[in-house]
Amino acid sequence: MSVEIAHFIQLHPQDNVVVCCTDTAQGYVVALNGEQFQLTHAIEVGHKVASQFIHKGQKIIKYGVAIGSATQDIAVGEHVHLTNLKSDYIASHTRLGVNSSNKD
Amino acid sequence: MKGYLRADGRKGIRNITVVCYLVECAHHVARKIVDGCQDENVHLIGFPGCYPNDYALKQLSQLIRHPNVGAVVLLSLGCEGFNREALAAAAREAGKPTDTIVIQQAGGTKTSIEKGIATVKQLQTQMDIQLVPMSVDELIIGTICGGSDGTSGITANPAVGHCFDRLLAQDATCIFEETGELIGCEQIMAERAVSVELGVEIEKAVHKAEDYYTQLGYGSFAPGNAEGGLTTQEEKSMGAYSKSGHSQISGLIKPGDIPPKGGLYLMDVVPDGGPKFGFPNISDNAEIVEMIASGAHIILFTTGRGSVVGSAISPVIKICANPETYARMPDDMDVNAGRVLSGESTVEEVGLEIYQQLLAVAVGAKTKSEELGHQEFILTYKQFEPIGPSCLPFR
Repeated sequence: MSVEIAHFIQLHPQDNVVVCCTDTAQGYVVALNGEQFQLTHAIEVGHKVASQFIHKGQKIIKYGVAIGSATQDIAVGEHVHLTNLKSDYIASHTRLGVNSSNKD
Repeated sequence: MKGYLRADGRKGIRNITVVCYLVECAHHVARKIVDGCQDENVHLIGFPGCYPNDYALKQLSQLIRHPNVGAVVLLSLGCEGFNREALAAAAREAGKPTDTIVIQQAGGTKTSIEKGIATVKQLQTQMDIQLVPMSVDELIIGTICGGSDGTSGITANPAVGHCFDRLLAQDATCIFEETGELIGCEQIMAERAVSVELGVEIEKAVHKAEDYYTQLGYGSFAPGNAEGGLTTQEEKSMGAYSKSGHSQISGLIKPGDIPPKGGLYLMDVVPDGGPKFGFPNISDNAEIVEMIASGAHIILFTTGRGSVVGSAISPVIKICANPETYARMPDDMDVNAGRVLSGESTVEEVGLEIYQQLLAVAVGAKTKSEELGHQEFILTYKQFEPIGPSCLPFR
């Protein structure tokens, strides 16, 4: 069985997340820096997944800087978003209200 | 490149007649005058409030003096709080053909509309129409991002940054803004300031924004940002920040301040004195209006989710960050920066394309939003203290 390679980019060498370049189905394989991992969910363009295991409370690094902290452990290949990442500055809001999908 | 020479020495790339209402009660009459003129170079601007506000007076004064504006018609109901005499004086001092119609004195809606249309046509015969040589160093360019998503900070925003670096190398003036969307970037931004004191002012401005948004309970973060893959304010900020390029930051200005010379300026758009009138900028066009009030001839607007807006007075060039959005909304987009993601182009190549489009628009080519008739305008209440001496080190 052939491996379907997904198109993702790492924006900075220190990043622990990588960014999706085109809408991608679950199960595709991300191959970056000589390492490979499988996507646990379908991912849309512009969204990000963990490229290494991230512990709860650890900083999420993108562009080489912290963009917030993990609110739970995040597995490699998992979607990093409102359910597991929160701002170190100001809570994000959705149409349902402030921090609505971001409760601990 | 050629521009319309104005009495104050500035040069415009468009010759717009503005019809400006001074209270919501005069809005309908003003809009009917604009519609009745059937001229794409007659634009509607205005302020809805009846209570006077120094910020609103400053913004409208700078807008009617803008080099892209050739003539001005003011629409007053008659009893509102706006200082219409000060505004008319500002237009006259700037050498703009100007007239004020007071609806209560002109006999009501119908006669005011008729008088307004005739006034526009008459003032247009007195406008500056002389085109003189104009160079890149006489341009003021503003940038904004709207409907950002996870692609914005990788494609369109750094491409605008590249375009800015190219413009700044030729001594043009560039403005970037929304300190609330730079939260988290204050230290790296301060390091780019031309003086240590300016760096301190930049950090103070971002901290003010953070305090302000924290008190409101909302960041500058829309639901669509999250749908497009952005999760936190500081993640959005890092993407937005890349619009500023890599050049030194020459100064910090507030809405309506005209940059004194070429260089890169950060605009502090968050009001002083805490939340008094609500959100700093209630929508993207409020930010666009402030950059035009600071003299911007053209606005570079990056979007991931897909904005459609343009503006009154100055053309808006839309740069689409997301290839999926571009495929859905090509008629609204001037530049497809999303091809960086597929590897078809580099950020530098897209930056050059933006620069070339900007020069074409400066000599009269229409942007997509101009072709589609977009002339959005919004101005609401705010309060500012003047900038301090450290904000413009090389004035």
